[in-house]
Amino acid sequence: MSSASAAVDFAWPFEDTSRAPFRVYTDADIYALEQERIFQGPVWNFLALECEIPNPGDYKTTFAGDAPIIVARAKDGAINAMLNRCAHKGALVCYKPKGNVAEFNCVYHNWTYDLSGNLTGVAFRKGVGGKGGLSDEFEMKANGLRQLRVETYNGLIFGTFSDETPPFVDFIGAELASNIDRVFPKKLKVLGYHCQVLPNNWKLYAENNKDSYHASLLHVFHNTFGVVRPNMGGGVKISDNGWHHLSYTQRESLGDEVVAKEKVRSLQEQYKLNDVTMMEHKLELGDQVTNAIQTVFPSLVVQQILNALAVRQIQPKGVDRTELVWTILGFEDDDADMQELRLRVNNLVGPAGLISMEDGCVGGWVQRAAKADPEAMTIMPMGGRAIEASKGSRITEAAVRGFWKGWRECMKV
Amino acid sequence: MTTTESDLALRLRVEDLYAEYAHTIDDDRLEEWPGLFTERGVYRVTTRENYDNGLPLAMVYCDGRGMMADRISALRTANIFEPHVYCHMLSAVRVLSREGGIIRARCNFSVLRTMQEGETMLFAVGRTFDKIVEDGGRLRFAERLCVLDSRRVDTLLVIPV
Ligand SMILES: [Fe+2]
Repeated sequence: MSSASAAVDFAWPFEDTSRAPFRVYTDADIYALEQERIFQGPVWNFLALECEIPNPGDYKTTFAGDAPIIVARAKDGAINAMLNRCAHKGALVCYKPKGNVAEFNCVYHNWTYDLSGNLTGVAFRKGVGGKGGLSDEFEMKANGLRQLRVETYNGLIFGTFSDETPPFVDFIGAELASNIDRVFPKKLKVLGYHCQVLPNNWKLYAENNKDSYHASLLHVFHNTFGVVRPNMGGGVKISDNGWHHLSYTQRESLGDEVVAKEKVRSLQEQYKLNDVTMMEHKLELGDQVTNAIQTVFPSLVVQQILNALAVRQIQPKGVDRTELVWTILGFEDDDADMQELRLRVNNLVGPAGLISMEDGCVGGWVQRAAKADPEAMTIMPMGGRAIEASKGSRITEAAVRGFWKGWRECMKV
Repeated sequence: MTTTESDLALRLRVEDLYAEYAHTIDDDRLEEWPGLFTERGVYRVTTRENYDNGLPLAMVYCDGRGMMADRISALRTANIFEPHVYCHMLSAVRVLSREGGIIRARCNFSVLRTMQEGETMLFAVGRTFDKIVEDGGRLRFAERLCVLDSRRVDTLLVIPV
């Protein structure tokens, strides 16, 4: 998978990552190179949750970038991930989203693979009546499904194509790993899924999650109903290499005058909810943090919004289309009241989320405008040029600059 | 269920409620939408994926008219989105049962979404599973569950389906 490299004539046009050219959102050659150098490069792609494949033989299909992936639990309980593409004609081996099997069977020509992806059977291998079949030079061992290296972390399953990817905790850093410990401290339970089609390049959504600056400006529901105000405490943490981030808010007042000065468009104090049950927050994670949005480069978002816990997987589907798969979570030991509370607060998130729906359309607006002048640049000046953590303020684009640093390092541009 | 004149009359009233629901949304009279439910009525939108797997998550979950009104006032004053309208197409209306004052009924729907530029797309396809009751001299939804076959939601869902 190295055909893309030669075709792309692209150099980063600015001295640092406080600017990025619009071309990165619209260029199909760059998109192809991203598949090779990012998604199949030195990153951990989020694939699935352990609780989705609890039993031996359970599998689920997903994507790492464009690449279709099978995640399966083997007979010994180990978790394997492999490219969902038959070694023979390249058909999808699993065309169903999930299931339980003793082995994988490509229906096209009945080639079979074990739960680790090793080729175990070829139909009419010896031919019929001594005629046809495989020649002696065919090596079963060399024709398995392409396997990914797998790591799990607190119930999350990650896969990488690259031998260079460091262990997961080293990849995101201990400080950011501790937020996953915090949000997912015990056995998870899937409450359901959403799938949202974003009419934009995958990076616009990846950036959006790192852009803590927009939260109180675009998502007016926050301010209107007092979910998060700029005067709530919190900050932004960024991994040492800049690639990953955590933006969080917690209950500690910095004083209302900060808000008044900025004249936030949305501050309509008279606007009250008839029913506040969807805003109720039961502190359950041992601290006062109300919102925590964490990114794992390139394609995972770990979300805590009050008691709405989720992972969001970014699936690129071409240069101007992205699918966002939300897996909405609770804990296995939630009682009925806790589950009900989570279902209510989930009105805030997802494709119809009262504080998240805008992220579905803004990327498309950038995408449409980016076409006009691909060599022009988007600027990311908030908080200066550095890629550094900030405490007390989320009015910074530092984490977005960090995203582009990670992108450039993977892309080697 | 044997067909009697009153079954037919009921079916017509259910069909009328379904049409009124569609027109209320399609005409952008969204403030009237909660009134098609009982005071404690429940409205949920989910996907066939979640429904078939017994997963409780809904994309929209309104428990009572208050939450429905909150959705509409958020749509009018807080949420940002490109203006668009729906056109509901309803079919296969059926009254399933009438027991203890609760009418169970269902229909199939498709929702065509037209954006401000005039582009129309098939936005949602699915089934409703409804509990309908007599309330204040008319029929109202005690529960409306919309199950989307089209589980990939394009861009966002802000207007109730
Ligand atoms: Fe956002």
